[in-house]
Amino acid sequence: MGNVLLQYATVLMLTIFVGIEIIAKVPSILHTPLMSGSNAIHGVILVGAMLVLGAADTTPEKILGFLAVILATLNVVGGFVVTDRMLEMFKAKPKAPVAKKDEVAS
Amino acid sequence: MSRGTLIDLLYLVSATTFILALKGLGSPKRARLGNGVAAVGMLIAVVATFFKHVDGHPLHNVGLILIAMVIGVVVAVPAARFVRMTAMPQLVAIFNGVGGGAAALVSITEFMHIHSTNPATYVTLEVLLGVLIGTVSFSGSAIAYAKLQELMTGRPVTYPGQQVINAILGAAGLVLIVIILVNGTTALLWVLLALAFVLGIAFVLPIGGADVPVLISLLNSFTGLAVAASGFTLGSNLLIVAGTLVGASGILLTRLMSKAMGRSLSNVLFSAFGSVITASGAGGADARPVRSGSPEDAGVLLSFASRVAIIPGYGLAVAQAQHVLRELAEELEKKGIEVFYAIHPVAGRMPGHMNVLLAEANVPYEQLKELDEANSELQTADVALVVGANDTVNPAAKDDKGSPIFGMPIINADLAENVLFLKRSMRPGFAGIENELLYNPKTTLVFGDAKDTLTKIVASVKAN
Repeated sequence: MGNVLLQYATVLMLTIFVGIEIIAKVPSILHTPLMSGSNAIHGVILVGAMLVLGAADTTPEKILGFLAVILATLNVVGGFVVTDRMLEMFKAKPKAPVAKKDEVAS
Repeated sequence: MSRGTLIDLLYLVSATTFILALKGLGSPKRARLGNGVAAVGMLIAVVATFFKHVDGHPLHNVGLILIAMVIGVVVAVPAARFVRMTAMPQLVAIFNGVGGGAAALVSITEFMHIHSTNPATYVTLEVLLGVLIGTVSFSGSAIAYAKLQELMTGRPVTYPGQQVINAILGAAGLVLIVIILVNGTTALLWVLLALAFVLGIAFVLPIGGADVPVLISLLNSFTGLAVAASGFTLGSNLLIVAGTLVGASGILLTRLMSKAMGRSLSNVLFSAFGSVITASGAGGADARPVRSGSPEDAGVLLSFASRVAIIPGYGLAVAQAQHVLRELAEELEKKGIEVFYAIHPVAGRMPGHMNVLLAEANVPYEQLKELDEANSELQTADVALVVGANDTVNPAAKDDKGSPIFGMPIINADLAENVLFLKRSMRPGFAGIENELLYNPKTTLVFGDAKDTLTKIVASVKAN
């Protein structure tokens, strides 16, 4: 158990606090897009899938790695597109009067 | 700068965009931008990975990688683009499930790859955790999808000793992990995989359809953790940061979502909420009289109101009646009647789902009132028009201590002078609970498909 592991653990701990802090004040109407957006972000497993398929020597590794890349791509692409489609609905409407500070329209 | 350093630098940029994106997603104005920023960050990470060296050589199987990516894109884009907005929650469930599956596969594949080199115990532990959590998320999301898509019953599936069996399954998983770590018997990895698969299903079965969105949020968080575990195995800071970010914020989001329903997370997960159709009061409810009216009656009532509160629910979206509803609101406004929409935080299938559906129908945002504001305005409303909502206006949440939804904040439709309840039938709502409001003397029921009924009401309003 070397220094590398400790370094990863440090990153882990700090990120936990960032993750909690960053969404502490989200209005409830954004819960769904937020869930969907973070869903797309964990699609970064695609990078991991590429690395294992890129390192694969044996057929079983290649098959599993291939499946992993497909699934991860679905996660990334689907996740971002769905989130964008949800958020498209929050776009400014030309006629809407200026809304209160922290509201959607305008 | 060496190739490796440059790639790591790009990964750092990518990880930063994810943090900025989550921050942006918390504010309505910057949400869409935030999502775009994360997508760009993801693209940077993926492109950079193509140039990475593994085991001291450039990536092998680049052709296979590209083919797999093309397959993924070809399937995902149409699914995400063209699925109806009402089916959005299922779609999120699927995309989350495949992410969990991918994380489990990555961990397994990496393990097969490094197995012969006798990896350190902690590496094996990371692999096993990745497999366990990722697979639970995968099979759990599949069941969540089936429930929302109504491929299976949306009601909780319960059997005797369920919690005990689930606890045993969970404990067995942990014991298995310990055995594998101590003995190094890798064949047991497949047993763990199977066990995790069953655990995911067993965990989700007792959760009722109305609670599934909270569950998806939790599984989303699980997938994040599985990704972080894979990140440890692969030695990738990017995966650790992104996975942990989603894991931590997902847990918090899950708690916020259950709070919006006035319940605790453990209550959502373990109470098999809505498994019994509860008729509040002792006698059978079906015998009691209700008042029903025609759409024309409803039109007259609305035409002579001065303030109308519209309370939409999921039934509205199912009937694809958002546009007719907006037309009705516009007709009423032409007559100088003030109209607003009272939006329950969990109206629809997910928090915020109703806002999205109404925005799609071009309902002006400033007419949407959130729970507290809506309830204070309802006191001065002449008519509360309930369209396709049920549990979110059920007074049992306030009055009936025995009711499973007791304590959930509701929209107090009964504060208005009159209540118009558009309903397909007397059947109870999604949570399967009898609604006292239907029998309130203020209430007039208008039976029929929401879209048909609304169209008739619009005609009647125009005629008056």
